Amino acid sequence: MNKTPLCAVHEKHGGRMIDFSGWYMPVQYSSIIEEHNTVREAAGLFDLFHMGEFWLTGPDALKNVQKIVTQDAEALSDRQIAYSPMCRPDGSIVDDLLVYRWNAEKFLLVVNASNMEKDFNWIKSQLEGDVKFTDESAKTGLIAIQGPKAEAILQKLTRQRLKPIKFYWFTSGKVVDVDCIISRTGYTGEEGFELYYAAEHSEKLWNALMEAGKDDGLKPIGLGARDTLRLEARLMLYGNDISDNTTPIEANLNWTVKFNKGAFNGSDVLKKQKDQGVTKTLVGFELAKGPAARHGYPIVKDGAKVGEVTSGTMAPALKKNIGLGYVPPALSAIGTILDIEIRGKNYPATVIETPFYTRARS
Amino acid sequence: MKFTKEHEWAKLEGGIVTVGITDYAAHQLGDVVFVELPAVGSKVTMGATFGTIESVKTVSDMYAPVGGEVVGVNEDLESNPALVNESPLDAGWIVKIKVADAKEFDQLLSEDDYKKICE
Repeated sequence: MNKTPLCAVHEKHGGRMIDFSGWYMPVQYSSIIEEHNTVREAAGLFDLFHMGEFWLTGPDALKNVQKIVTQDAEALSDRQIAYSPMCRPDGSIVDDLLVYRWNAEKFLLVVNASNMEKDFNWIKSQLEGDVKFTDESAKTGLIAIQGPKAEAILQKLTRQRLKPIKFYWFTSGKVVDVDCIISRTGYTGEEGFELYYAAEHSEKLWNALMEAGKDDGLKPIGLGARDTLRLEARLMLYGNDISDNTTPIEANLNWTVKFNKGAFNGSDVLKKQKDQGVTKTLVGFELAKGPAARHGYPIVKDGAKVGEVTSGTMAPALKKNIGLGYVPPALSAIGTILDIEIRGKNYPATVIETPFYTRARS
Repeated sequence: MKFTKEHEWAKLEGGIVTVGITDYAAHQLGDVVFVELPAVGSKVTMGATFGTIESVKTVSDMYAPVGGEVVGVNEDLESNPALVNESPLDAGWIVKIKVADAKEFDQLLSEDDYKKICE
């Protein structure tokens, strides 16, 4: 199993370690619910070393990014970030990623750990012209600090002013004395930052952050709460909510698909889906009290299976059972009553607005 | 108190066996968010599933330590499933079974034997 440079630190914090797509990672330290609420109310620290960092540089970098992702990287300013699906020509999703634009000749692509090899091979197969493509994942550390107290805690450790960094923008600067990419991004639905740095500084950075945040209630957060946090915010999990068998239009990620930038991988199929409609669409639902909906459970209407749950959980901040799943568009209107089949029994679920949770903006 | 290798405890008092999950199991599961209880009056068989316990991340079956009739369920778990974590051996009990054959209870594991399983 792959280990992160912070493995010993997680064990010291009492992390319960599991195998997450080949990575030895903490699923929780104290309690998933407690960790979840810590991020909603104070701040949490996440070790995300397992994520993949690819660099695309050279005179033709922009042209290649424009072809492989659905977002418009030309419309990004330098030091701006886009969340984007990456599609095949048939519109199916290879992965979802973050595109960091330094300038038109330098991009960082941050991909899911479980897809690293698939993504690298896919991107390599698509590249044209004068461009250099490298995988720096093994050398790159990634720590996220998320929650309403995140900015105040991080500000103690850097002279770089954080306030002016807008959501989905980044800068570079020292945190303690470690060179970092400081990015106002995250996967929790809260305010917060993600720091990319040379992996050998992992312990120093982690310990400095923990120390700086101790009076504000900063705690380490495992993968369990990372999943419940992202689901409350309706952030996609690749392999669950989006996959090789879904498109961004089906997943209701239309806002990430920029048709006016010209042709790109999947643009023909996606345009057709947008104009003529889809056969399945991703909806959010809530269940009455009872068991939780989980990945793979059937979605039923009038006794017939109409779809499947892609993600589901008891939502700790909302204190109710929520989920996402694909249904035919005719059953996607807000207020539609569906059934979720759980261990042979049907439980009513109502299609509701997403995201399930939105942070109060200051 | 006796135990099963499926990490339940069972306590026999006056022909009624109270059943819960062990401290070890509660810790392993993490935050319990739902307990599916059997109907009072239903019959259970030793070793067969009688309910389900869900944590945030997992779904686990619960197995009857003894056969008999369900004569009580812990209704507090419906509104507060976290009782299983807070007090697995006491306030977080799950069902009471009127034991059909007391010999089944005798076959369960002693505390020492159960502890060996958890090591």
